[in-house]
Amino acid sequence: MKSQAEKSSGLVLDVKDLAISYETRKGSVAAVRGVSLKVHQGETLGVVGESGCGKSTIAFGIVGHLGPNGRIVNGSIGVEGEELVGRSEEELRKLRGDRISMVYQDPMQALNPSLRIGDQLIEVLTFHRKLSRREARERSVAMLKRVYMPDPDSMMARYPHQLSGGQQQRVVIAMALLNNPALLLMDEPTTALDVTVEAAVLDLIEDLKKDFESGIVFITHNLGVVARVSNRLCVMYAGEMVERGPVEQIFKRPSHPYTRGLLACVPILGESKGDSLLHPIRGHVPPPAERDLGACIFHPRCDYATDKCRAARPGFVDMSEDHLARCFYARDIEDRRRTRKRARIEETITAREEADKENVLLNLERLKVYYEQEANSVASIFGLGEKKYVKAVDDVSIVVPKGRTLGVVGESGCGKSTLVKGLIGLEEVTGGEVEFLGVDVNKPVKERDMKWVQEMQMVFQNPDSTLNPAYSVGRQIARPLKRFGTVPRDQIKGEVIRLLRAVRLDDYYYDRLPRQLSGGEKQRVGIARALASQPDLVICDEPVSALDVSVQAAVINLLLEIQNTFDTTMIFIAHDLSVVRYFSDEVAVMYLGQIVEIGPAESIYSPPYHPYTEALLSAVPIPDPEADQAHIRLSGNVPSALNPPSGCRFHTRCPRRALLPDEGRICEEERPPWRQSARGHRILCHIPLKELEGLGPVVHPAA
Amino acid sequence: MSPSEATTPDKIKTVHPSRRLFESLSVLFASKVALVGLLIVFFWVFVAVCAPWLNSYGPMEQDWKAPNQGPSWSHPLGTDELGRDLWARLMYGARVVLVILPVSDNFWIPGGTALWGVFASLVAGATLGLIGGYRGGWVDEVVMRLLDAMMSIPIILLYLIIVAAIGASAVNVVLAIAIVGTPGIARLVRSLALDIRTREYIRAAETRGESQWFIMFVEILPNARGPIIIDAMLRVGYAIFAMGTLGFLGLGLPPPSPDWGSMVAKGREFILSGSPWAALWPSIAIASLVVGLNLLADGLREESMRYQ
Repeated sequence: MKSQAEKSSGLVLDVKDLAISYETRKGSVAAVRGVSLKVHQGETLGVVGESGCGKSTIAFGIVGHLGPNGRIVNGSIGVEGEELVGRSEEELRKLRGDRISMVYQDPMQALNPSLRIGDQLIEVLTFHRKLSRREARERSVAMLKRVYMPDPDSMMARYPHQLSGGQQQRVVIAMALLNNPALLLMDEPTTALDVTVEAAVLDLIEDLKKDFESGIVFITHNLGVVARVSNRLCVMYAGEMVERGPVEQIFKRPSHPYTRGLLACVPILGESKGDSLLHPIRGHVPPPAERDLGACIFHPRCDYATDKCRAARPGFVDMSEDHLARCFYARDIEDRRRTRKRARIEETITAREEADKENVLLNLERLKVYYEQEANSVASIFGLGEKKYVKAVDDVSIVVPKGRTLGVVGESGCGKSTLVKGLIGLEEVTGGEVEFLGVDVNKPVKERDMKWVQEMQMVFQNPDSTLNPAYSVGRQIARPLKRFGTVPRDQIKGEVIRLLRAVRLDDYYYDRLPRQLSGGEKQRVGIARALASQPDLVICDEPVSALDVSVQAAVINLLLEIQNTFDTTMIFIAHDLSVVRYFSDEVAVMYLGQIVEIGPAESIYSPPYHPYTEALLSAVPIPDPEADQAHIRLSGNVPSALNPPSGCRFHTRCPRRALLPDEGRICEEERPPWRQSARGHRILCHIPLKELEGLGPVVHPAA
Repeated sequence: MSPSEATTPDKIKTVHPSRRLFESLSVLFASKVALVGLLIVFFWVFVAVCAPWLNSYGPMEQDWKAPNQGPSWSHPLGTDELGRDLWARLMYGARVVLVILPVSDNFWIPGGTALWGVFASLVAGATLGLIGGYRGGWVDEVVMRLLDAMMSIPIILLYLIIVAAIGASAVNVVLAIAIVGTPGIARLVRSLALDIRTREYIRAAETRGESQWFIMFVEILPNARGPIIIDAMLRVGYAIFAMGTLGFLGLGLPPPSPDWGSMVAKGREFILSGSPWAALWPSIAIASLVVGLNLLADGLREESMRYQ
């Protein structure tokens, strides 16, 4: 993290007191106001905040893409000394292509699916730089090489869909850099990527900063990501900039209550529910039309708010050089992270652990879920072709003791969702056994006995689709009560209200329609609906990954509380390793349809690791710029589950194969054995435990 | 601090049902196109409902002394070749289309021929579409291919075949409209169901072990209602058009019922002899009602899309 030396160099972006409004049916609505920021050459400014805080609006304002109803109402935007506000569309377009580039969240939308990569890259240079096609081509190939694309020459001839997500994002970055832009705007460039791919893309950005003089504005909601890439940080809340300063300063001494809140509500890798608490920020970001512009924008959610905060809008308070916070009390309030530790709950949890170990609730034995896929041949039309199988879940055995939480982690496509769909009966199981409370329940949910259907319920990922938009909250929670006859008919309403209270929603939510709820509230209703039939097992499929971090913490706390009161067993699927570590008692790491490591959470997150777990852990972005993390990156792509690698499925990408004699030939030929460690967990690997243990821990948190 | 203290949800003002109605009406009034359409449609509905009180003549009342007249004080729109008042016939024609369905000579049920026809095709089409979209697999294949085969026959031809086969009467016209409209609605509902069935609340219903019928009609159908309502409005327009066509070809309501299509057909003979009125007014009536319904549907669709 270099910053001091570069500060003296040229100013690339200078935004002063920017305000942007949108015209809506309800009149003009302020989306962003009072934003001032500067980006110097070679510097990265992180813009962080929850969704709806106006981060992207700033970027769109800079490039002039506000749409038909957006308008810059105040302030100025200077790019390399030239004023952009008030320019004509034509001038802006020229400037955009020449001096400003943008990288969006979804690479598939930035690339034209019907043109070859090469043509798209060449067009940038022939259009803006007026180069000849040959020259443009040479430069494009060189640029692809620069972003570490394997075999750039043949990449030029490919279409976007032939590349993996990470490669697509590399191409988009290459395209953005072709012009050698003065300013590079990146809007959540890694959010759609898996954690290992994300780490590689962030490495690339870090690496490119050395060669290109561009100033970068990096927009993200992920505190870990900004901590890794940015020099300076700008925290946005509800359209206002609430804190700005050097990244180390902000992480060391966050001064605005919102920044503190954000840092206090994400679990840091390695923390568990037993030793620390998450502090959610109550409520949610107010929509633009409901903001109180005459007061501190954060006061409704702030624990320190006084009458002064409700009466007037605070100005910036200088914390130190170049570190500003928009809070009256920025200097006075203490840091909440220090109060995070907790000790007393740990005892009760460990005590329960011992008692429940023998009491098995769910036992999966060599579970297989295959999808049939016909080969693309003429013969297959007549049903004669060779049948192929996508082995989404292959040979998975898990034991879940009663009252415990099993976390399942893995990158997208590793089969974690298919696994739970198989055991709950939504997906047909190809082989293996599902034993629930000692009874075999391995059949589709429609054929299962009501008694077992009722005992397994699910909490879903997407708050916007988890509830049926046509019915009120009360009706949706009442439905499982009616269906399973949990309570007599005349008591249903009372039971629904009791459930609403259990998920911390007030009684008047009974008549609400889903569209009147915020994301976190919808997720709570989804949890209440899953709890209605008083199930023994609740499966949470990424329940918090679509939520903003402050709301995420509240939902995690709620799930923990429910587990403590109802003694529910849970299976918790997530791709966020910090959250899984925080929430789970036991963790299973999945790769390509198989479990590669399983055991108590604390032993998964410390050596010996499976090489894949090790790579995952070293890729997790940690919200602390001073944390020391081993640098292990996986090469290549996840192989297709249609034709998984022989022997150990991970051998094609394994960075630790060299530890074995003969460059790990055995990994290609033989299925690895389960190795049982002394700490109660199992690793599926050829490398002996002793050697894996010798590799040392991946993360050394800052002292 | 326990999670309970930290997570008090924000208070949102409870929305009153009347307010909800007002909101959906505001969508209607926000679009000028929809408003114009609504006015035209309202005009015809009003005329049709109040027909008996808006004119002193009956639709079959003949004035032998005044055939083929132009507009005058006694006959605002003129008369036809038998001296029947065109304004009266026009109003009673609208009545058949929009307000009553004559089942037999002295028995009728409320709701016009066009409305019943579209309603029947909605019921059939939605059921088939839901089955195809939610069940998928070979059921979907069979149902959709059969409907495709039906759609491959030109619509006018299909109407003619059906009405020629079962005879011309108001009920049979309803049947024809229903049969012809079913494949289109089934396609629409199927495509909506295909999308909606991937939502997580459908997964939630499946994990409760709900029956397929419950999922199709209780979970999926209500969420498809927006596009279905708009499509139905357009279809009422098509149905009126189809009725006009059938009437023109002599396959509509049997004479002397005041049928717009057959009025045009009769009046056509007198255009060149200097009295175009008998053909002109019903043509304008058909066109304006169809255009009005289209404007209403288009305006609503545009406005509701912007609303999202």
